[in-house]
Amino acid sequence: MEQNKVPQDNIRTYNNNKKAMYATDGTGKYALVSSSGWKVEEEATMQAILELKRLAEKAHEEVRKEEKSPLYYHMYANRMDLQLLSESTGLFKWRIKRHFRPSVFLKLSSRLLVRYAHALGMTTEELHELPAENKIDVHNE
Amino acid sequence: MNKTPQSIFQHSHFAHCESGVMSLMMSHHGLPLSEAMVFGLSGALIFAYIPFVKLGGMPLIAYRTRPKSIIKGLQKNLGIKMKMHTFSNPAKGSQVLDKLLEQGKIIGAQSSVFWLPYFPPEMRFHFNGHNLIIYGREKDEYLISDPVFETEQRCPVRDLERARFVKGMMAPKGLLYYPVYIPEDIDYQSILPRVIKKNARTMLKTPVPIAGVRAIRALGKSIGQLEKKDRRWAKLFLGHIVRMQEEIGTGGAGFRFIYASFLQEAGSILNNRELDIASDQMTAVGDQWREFALLAVKAIRKKKGEKINFPALQEKLYSVARAEEETYRKLLQIHFS
Repeated sequence: MEQNKVPQDNIRTYNNNKKAMYATDGTGKYALVSSSGWKVEEEATMQAILELKRLAEKAHEEVRKEEKSPLYYHMYANRMDLQLLSESTGLFKWRIKRHFRPSVFLKLSSRLLVRYAHALGMTTEELHELPAENKIDVHNE
Repeated sequence: MNKTPQSIFQHSHFAHCESGVMSLMMSHHGLPLSEAMVFGLSGALIFAYIPFVKLGGMPLIAYRTRPKSIIKGLQKNLGIKMKMHTFSNPAKGSQVLDKLLEQGKIIGAQSSVFWLPYFPPEMRFHFNGHNLIIYGREKDEYLISDPVFETEQRCPVRDLERARFVKGMMAPKGLLYYPVYIPEDIDYQSILPRVIKKNARTMLKTPVPIAGVRAIRALGKSIGQLEKKDRRWAKLFLGHIVRMQEEIGTGGAGFRFIYASFLQEAGSILNNRELDIASDQMTAVGDQWREFALLAVKAIRKKKGEKINFPALQEKLYSVARAEEETYRKLLQIHFS
């Protein structure tokens, strides 16, 4: 890639940051060039974020209808899935799935709650709450 | 080894975290080594596609070797010695970090991206193989040189501890590292040809199609079969490939441009014109990867009812595979005097 072709699309996912890219100058010599982003990258990143948002919104609704425990929402709100939550708590997936049931979740021991709260970076009180709005928020232009 | 104090540490901006950290660390200790040289000399170029290993529900796709392999490859190929600590106890891990900083060292560390507050929210995904340099502490903040940021960062002590001790895939276990021995003279005349040929052979001669050029073809084949899959998943999969190639700090085109830069630098050190030609070829490979990314994103944009041309995407990857194969064959043929 030539230096004058390094994209400078000022993409929103960079949030005014820049990335360093490798590109060639007029004589073909490589050097690092700052890039404010490529639209193609932005679209791929936004697709992933919108997917996370969609999952969190769906979870939010299921928790509101009391079909699932708040844990289920907090997992998605922290951009995790069952596999990641299982890895970061060290608990089996089937156990976590049980804890997604509201009645089971209410009876969880404080030790287990602390384990979840730690993995999700929140307090055990916060873990029981469902925020009014889904926290993965993507502001559309 | 000469001890260079923290006070003269100079942050700099790189394309990739692990190669950036090692380049900065070596240069700080008196061995000037560009990021491209670090990347190439550690033999980190790869392509891997492992459908049965899933990350966030998506198959593993990688354009470089696994985390820590740049540090390890550099040790092995240049004869550098690094001290590496991991910890089972976070409090102990922070204690050791503070002690090393008090001794005036700059320290490499592995961390999660998600828990680092200075990352923009849109970039905070659960990836545990990030690398950065800690070069000091002021009260409750660490001074951080994160190679993928333009300027120095600060991170609250609590947040860094959390980021260093996340559990799960590629868990950093609080990894800290710094060099304890750096050789005075490095025999590039013999090391460069060896690592270049070894990397080319790895790309050409993998026994199973989950790595190397064969894996690029395997990915192409999978894309050709997407027609039969759920359309939303197919689009997410295409987006996932582009993210691994462009979003994750690769310097563009899944590290192909960094590697082209390395071949060029190696060519000038060895005064070998053939390497310049191979470098140009690698640049063309990178350009093709970028063309593929553009095609993939155009497919993602397609509305309901509009047809996605999966065979064209497959063909593009087959063409990338051919171009890569030719480049590695060329590298294996080069005669080094």
